[in-house]
Amino acid sequence: MTRNVAITVNGTERRASVEPRLLLVHFLRENAGLTGTHIGCETSLCGACTVLMDGRAVKSCTVLAVQADGRQVTTVEGLASGDQLHPIQEGFWEEHGLQCGFCTPGMIMCSHDLLGHNSNPSDGEIREALNGNICRCTGYQNIVAAVKNAARKMSKPIAARAGAR
Amino acid sequence: MLPKFSHVRPSSLRQAVQQLASSGSHVHAGGTDLLGCLRDGVFGAEKIVSITGIGELRGINSREDGAVRIGALTTLSEVATSPLIAQNYALLAQAAAAAASPQLRNQGTIGGNLCQRPRCWYFRGDFQCLRKGGDTCFAINGENEFHCVFGGSRCYIVHPSDTAPALVALDARAHIRGPLGMRVVPLGSFFVLPALDLARENVLRSGEIITHISLPPLAPGSISSYRKVRARGSWDFALAGLALALKLTGRRVDWSRVVLSGVAPIPWRSSETEKVLLGRDLNPRTLREAADAATRGAEPLSQNGYKVELVRGIVEESLRAIMESHPETPSERT
Repeated sequence: MTRNVAITVNGTERRASVEPRLLLVHFLRENAGLTGTHIGCETSLCGACTVLMDGRAVKSCTVLAVQADGRQVTTVEGLASGDQLHPIQEGFWEEHGLQCGFCTPGMIMCSHDLLGHNSNPSDGEIREALNGNICRCTGYQNIVAAVKNAARKMSKPIAARAGAR
Repeated sequence: MLPKFSHVRPSSLRQAVQQLASSGSHVHAGGTDLLGCLRDGVFGAEKIVSITGIGELRGINSREDGAVRIGALTTLSEVATSPLIAQNYALLAQAAAAAASPQLRNQGTIGGNLCQRPRCWYFRGDFQCLRKGGDTCFAINGENEFHCVFGGSRCYIVHPSDTAPALVALDARAHIRGPLGMRVVPLGSFFVLPALDLARENVLRSGEIITHISLPPLAPGSISSYRKVRARGSWDFALAGLALALKLTGRRVDWSRVVLSGVAPIPWRSSETEKVLLGRDLNPRTLREAADAATRGAEPLSQNGYKVELVRGIVEESLRAIMESHPETPSERT
């Protein structure tokens, strides 16, 4: 038996008829065609599948699509506006905050949650906030640097950021 | 892929209780533990009853009598960051912040944290163990370094929750709605030892839902803390932990609650330690005696004897930190 859901993904409402056991991560990748959200462990351990649900980071392998019915979901594809990368994406780019890149979407989405309630986190706070995200390349130093870079950018007005390019 | 189940999302408690009446039904709140159990085949489900549409189960409020009510659907993140909780019940905020990872705290609820199933790898794994209806506890002669040192009998799980020992130390009560109406159970009697029942870890009967937790006001000037020791630097279950609440005059203990996590199938209240502390000044000798009392009766398995020393250490350390931050008791004049 399927259930009808209406999930707003990156600002666009998507309606579908889904099995109750369908995970949000599969809904995003297969129904919505958004493959930026990665499937790593599928057991809520690695954090690669992190997305925002109503603004807070959650692991989309541990959310049913029916749980997200009526809610706002943001994936990594929803961050950039046109060609303009989000400051967190810029931070990862500039600080080489990725190696193989598999964990990166989850790292970025979890950092987004952190910077939403702590605009100037310390190294320790960044590491604590990202402790549910695993990077098997172990590039954690640069990931922390990337989040700090993003925090600096995001604390400046947008016009000043553009002018600095 | 998860096994198949049907899914309902009732909008009232009454409907939810009705939906749960059929066998094979399970409550679904944050789902962080439930989905793992279904995926691993720890138990099956015919029907998932999502309670997230029931508004009255949300939120943290203070009541006129000074008590605080926490709705069962309140997330661990909300508990950890609530100013009302931080100001009045520091150990609960600390315990909620010490649980899981940020994403799981955003999703997992306080009600679910109390009802989560044990993490024993035989229970979670492909073993027909005693708790799953088999006839053997594989931990007894197997890999038991993370198992219990208190309260085990036949089965040697530990209770995985961090918030549960904090709530026991705060004399919190669980408000439960079921087919027969409401009932209220002190958290201190909510959890069930294996000797009493092997199939469940708490007193919830089929069809019952925790609606909220109530916390009585702590006496003014009370101190509380939660200390958790993990095998990793962050994000792990407790090897051992201590939920501590004290009321002091100077360094003299007028009242205390000492509850251990990670070492027993239930949050393990050490009344022996509380007796040692009562009426005594916190000094090196009291600390040593309290730490000894906390380990009394421990029965380690072949690989978890270290937990006994951990308990001794965290009790002594936590009490010392409190002692050092409080002035000596003024000598009484005659």
